[in-house]
Amino acid sequence: MIQKKYNGGMIEVRDLVKDYGGFRAVDHISFSVAPGKIFGLLGPNGAGKTTTIKMLTTALEPSSGSISVAGHDPRREPDQVRRAFGIVFQDPSLDEDLTAAENMEFHGVLYGVSQPARRERIEGLLRFVGLWERRDAFVKQYSGGMKRRLEIARALLHSPKILFLDEPTLGLDPQTRNHIWGYVRDQSRVNGMTVLFTTHYMDEADKIADELAVIDQGKLIAQGTPASLKERSMKASLEEAFIAMTGHSIRDEEGTSVDQIRLTRRLWRR
Amino acid sequence: MNALYILWLRQVKRHARSRARMIGALGQPLPFLFAMGFGFGPIFQKARGTSYLQFLSPGIVAMPILFTAVFSGIELVWDKQFGFLKETLVAPVPRLQIVLGRILGGATVAVVQGFIMLAVCVAVGFRPVLGAAFAGAVLIMFLIALFFAGVGTAIASIVDDMQGFPLIMNFLVVPMFFFSNALFPMQSAPGPLQALARLNPVTYGVDGLREAFGGPFHFGLGTDAAVLGALVACVIALASRLFSKIQI
Repeated sequence: MIQKKYNGGMIEVRDLVKDYGGFRAVDHISFSVAPGKIFGLLGPNGAGKTTTIKMLTTALEPSSGSISVAGHDPRREPDQVRRAFGIVFQDPSLDEDLTAAENMEFHGVLYGVSQPARRERIEGLLRFVGLWERRDAFVKQYSGGMKRRLEIARALLHSPKILFLDEPTLGLDPQTRNHIWGYVRDQSRVNGMTVLFTTHYMDEADKIADELAVIDQGKLIAQGTPASLKERSMKASLEEAFIAMTGHSIRDEEGTSVDQIRLTRRLWRR
Repeated sequence: MNALYILWLRQVKRHARSRARMIGALGQPLPFLFAMGFGFGPIFQKARGTSYLQFLSPGIVAMPILFTAVFSGIELVWDKQFGFLKETLVAPVPRLQIVLGRILGGATVAVVQGFIMLAVCVAVGFRPVLGAAFAGAVLIMFLIALFFAGVGTAIASIVDDMQGFPLIMNFLVVPMFFFSNALFPMQSAPGPLQALARLNPVTYGVDGLREAFGGPFHFGLGTDAAVLGALVACVIALASRLFSKIQI
């Protein structure tokens, strides 16, 4: 009966809920992303975007609701789901004591990419993100932007059907942002790759997304094409529409000890 | 299989590149070797008529294995904090393989540290019998390393930051070393101490090493290896269970 609801979407989410103790981070969210589409998840800090992505990518158990990613349930068939997607996480996820090439190699082997394909794709992707010449440098010597580009190259290494991008362009210059979004769009158009992304750059979302969903305080409050969202809130830009929908107040984000350490680390780096 | 290999390789590379860690692991046993080995030597000689250095060295070889292995397991906490763990957690690889790869890698570097320590012991006068039993020594070193890498991994699976690390080292690992047969002969120890040593995995490791190096032993290599082997199986099962429950 539940299976019936999965009417062909590459990602299907129904009544998804995540509770942390007494706090409801994700509150009955439902949406569907058709194959080959680029879907943007927008929302203020702490709205539940990252939590939703974690549940879609087998990293976090939902409290209730149903998910289908590439036709599989992350809870029951995690490995099938894992094979289907690539992800760029919001926080760093590289091994800084390895070189860029080693990080790529590690990923390729874990995902079972055959050796000839691995060699070819690693070179192609590192060239694309402009890191081929620096491939043998340790990641700890990379700048923030270079690390981000490496993570994006790595996420694409196993030619995933679905790409999750959680604020992928944070801290990147406009040239790199354009370059990467251009590539993502090409992959989506040419290879039919489905993309689900989050961003705080509204101009990006406006340009790249086929469809957008706005989440606030765990609830999905609007959904539609960028044009329809602007139209509905009668605003000229997506940014104005976004603020009209989610209000002007600045949100707090609960910080865990891990977040604290990451923050401290980031500050030290500067 | 490939996943296991690449996870193993990562642990080994990280360790091999960190000279500070390789040298640091030797720093702890050296004072024991020199201060106790030479300081207690004459007394031991008078009491038992044998060399204390001969007696002590297997324990000193076990020490860096113990500490390096636990630390390599605990390293999982860094991976959690610095984000790399996410990369392995969303990969289509069975959790048992991830845990095994990590533990094998950690155990390998720990055994390497053990060999370096052995060379130091030999340099200051330890004379192991290098016969067929040497293979037994390698086996025992690996079993000690696997056990403690498993313990470290199991603990790291359930804690989220390194603040508990001194607690684990000072209240678990250091006492396990001291309340084993590493520093004193078990037979001549008072009852409670002897009982404690008997329950301690380290004792079986050191006992096995003593026999393999041609020294006096208590249980015998076969028993030592069997006990450690069983413990390794249990701790790996526990570690992979706890690891598979990690959510990020």
